Amino acid sequence: MTDLSVDLGFIKLKNPVIASSGTFGYGLEFAPFFDLSKLGAFVVKGLYFSPCEGNPPPRLVETSSGLLNAIGLQGIGVQRFSEEILPKLRKFKTAIIVNICGQSDEEYASSIEFLDRQKGISAYELNISCPNLKRDGLCPALDPKATFSVVSLAKKRSSRPVITKLSPNVTDIIEVAISAQEAGTDAVSLVNTFLAMAVDVESRKPVLANVFGGLSGPAIKPIALRMVYQVANRLKIPVIGMGGITSGKDALEFLIAGARAVSVGTANLIDPEATLRIIEELERYCHERGIKRIEELIGSIKA
Amino acid sequence: MMIVDPRARIADKKGWGNYFLLSFESPRIASESCAGQFIMVRISAHPYPLLRRPFSIHSKDERHIEIFFKVAGTGTALLSQKKTGESVDILGPLGKGFSADTAVEGEEVAVVGGGRGIAPLYFLAQELRGRRVSPKIFYGGKSLEDIPLKEKFEREGFDVRFSTDDGSCGYKGFVSDFLHEELEKLSASRIFACGPEAMMKKIALAARVRNIPAEFSLESQMGCGFGVCWGCVKRIRKNGKAIWAKVCEEGPVFSGEDIIWPESEE
Repeated sequence: MTDLSVDLGFIKLKNPVIASSGTFGYGLEFAPFFDLSKLGAFVVKGLYFSPCEGNPPPRLVETSSGLLNAIGLQGIGVQRFSEEILPKLRKFKTAIIVNICGQSDEEYASSIEFLDRQKGISAYELNISCPNLKRDGLCPALDPKATFSVVSLAKKRSSRPVITKLSPNVTDIIEVAISAQEAGTDAVSLVNTFLAMAVDVESRKPVLANVFGGLSGPAIKPIALRMVYQVANRLKIPVIGMGGITSGKDALEFLIAGARAVSVGTANLIDPEATLRIIEELERYCHERGIKRIEELIGSIKA
Repeated sequence: MMIVDPRARIADKKGWGNYFLLSFESPRIASESCAGQFIMVRISAHPYPLLRRPFSIHSKDERHIEIFFKVAGTGTALLSQKKTGESVDILGPLGKGFSADTAVEGEEVAVVGGGRGIAPLYFLAQELRGRRVSPKIFYGGKSLEDIPLKEKFEREGFDVRFSTDDGSCGYKGFVSDFLHEELEKLSASRIFACGPEAMMKKIALAARVRNIPAEFSLESQMGCGFGVCWGCVKRIRKNGKAIWAKVCEEGPVFSGEDIIWPESEE
C-alpha cells in the first residue's frame, strides 16, 4: 500500500488530488457519482459576498482540446452557501476549500470574515485571477503590488489558511508568486485559465458574448506545467499545480515538477469520476514502482 | 438519477443524408428516462473532441435509448461515423422533460417539431399515447429531405402532418405558420414544441395570444450537462425575476411563460 497523503504544512491531504473551483459546482453535484470523502480536497465554485448573476451567453465554446469559458462567476454568495450548502458538505471526510472572489480587497476580506464564523471549511482559495470579469481580463493577479495588497488583507482577517490562485496571463509569474508569498499566503495554486478568444467566421463576431474567455483543458497543460515548475523552484510555500490534468500521468508530471498537490478542473465536466480515476492511476504507478510514499515524487525532477 | 454508462453498445444505426438515428443498448438509462430528457455522449476517449455532446432522447424501449441528430460540426460528424457494435460512453438521463405525465385522456395536445428539433418529440408522442392522448403532430423542415422521420411517424400510426419551407412535402411554409393556421380549427389545450429558436418564439406568441399553455425544449451549448459549469444558461423568469437559468438542470424543457426569448438579430 502506497501512502498517498501529502502534507501542505497547514493541512494534510489524504491524497494529492483536489477538484478545482468552477468545475466541481458546490461539491454536492458530484455526490451521486462517487463518495467525495475519497478526494484529497475539493474547491467549491467561486463566491462573491453577494449573489452574482454572471455573464450573458454564449458563455462557452470548445476549441482544439480546450474549453473557452466566460461564465462570469454566477453564484449564490457566501450567505446562501453557508446556509444551504455547507451544512450538507460537513459529512464528507475531505478538506473543503472555499474559493473567494471580490470586486475589491475589502470584499474578499468581508467574505472571509463571514465564512470564518462557519464550521467545516479547511482553507480559502483567493480567486484573484479570473479573466472573465472585466474587459481585457484585468484582475489583481496580473500585478505583484495588487496581489500583495489583497493577500495581506485576506491573511490579516482570516483565521484559516489562505491559498492564492495565480494567473498565467503575466510576463513573469514568479514575481507575482513571490509577492503572494511575501504577503503571507500559505500556498499558491496555479494556473487559472488563459485569456483567449474565438471568432465565428460566418457572423464575424466573437463567439463569446464576453468577447474574451478563459482557456482550460489539455490544450494548456504544457504551459501550465512549465509555470508550476518555475514557481515551485523559487517558492518556500507549497504549490498546487493545475492546468489540463486529465490522467494520472498528467498529475505525475506536475508532482514531479514540484507541485505538492494537483487540481483537476475541466476533466470533471467530461468524466464526473475523473478525480477518482486519477487517484487510482497514481496509486497504481507508485505500487508498480515500489514507491512507498507519493511525497517521494514531489519535485523529484532530474533537471 | 443520472447514470454513467461507459460502454453503451450501438445496437442500431440509420442514416438519411446528414441525419442519423443511433440506438444505444443501455437498460439502466432507458428505465430512468422520460420524454424531454437528454443524454451526454462522449464522442472520443481522447481529448478531441473534448466535451461530451448533449442529445435529446428520441425514443426508448426496455433495453435501448435512441438519439436523432443532424451532423452540425466535428462532434456530430465523428459520432455519425461510429458503427453498430461499437461502445460509447454516455451519461444520463439528464434534465427536466415535458410534463406529459399530467396529460389526461382525451386531451387535445399539439406537438410541434422543426428540423432536428423533432428529436425529443417522438418519445413525447409515445408517452402521450401511453396516457391515451393522441397528439396532433406538426413536423416541419426546410425540404422533404429535412423530415427524414416522416415514415417512422406514419408507420407508427401517429396523427402527423408535415410542412416544408419549399413546399416539397405538405404545407408550404414554416411549421410555426402552419400551426398558427391550424390552431383556428383545433381546440388545443396544450402545446409542446422543439426546434429553431425563431420558430419556438413564434409558437410561444401564438400560444400566449390564445392562452394555451406551452412547453419548449431549448437547445444550448453545454459544458457538462449536469449543472456544474453554468455554461448553458438562458434567460428565464423565476419568481418574477429574470435570471440566467441552467438549461441542463432547470430545463431543457421550460414553460413558455417563463422563457424570455432573445430579441431577433436581423
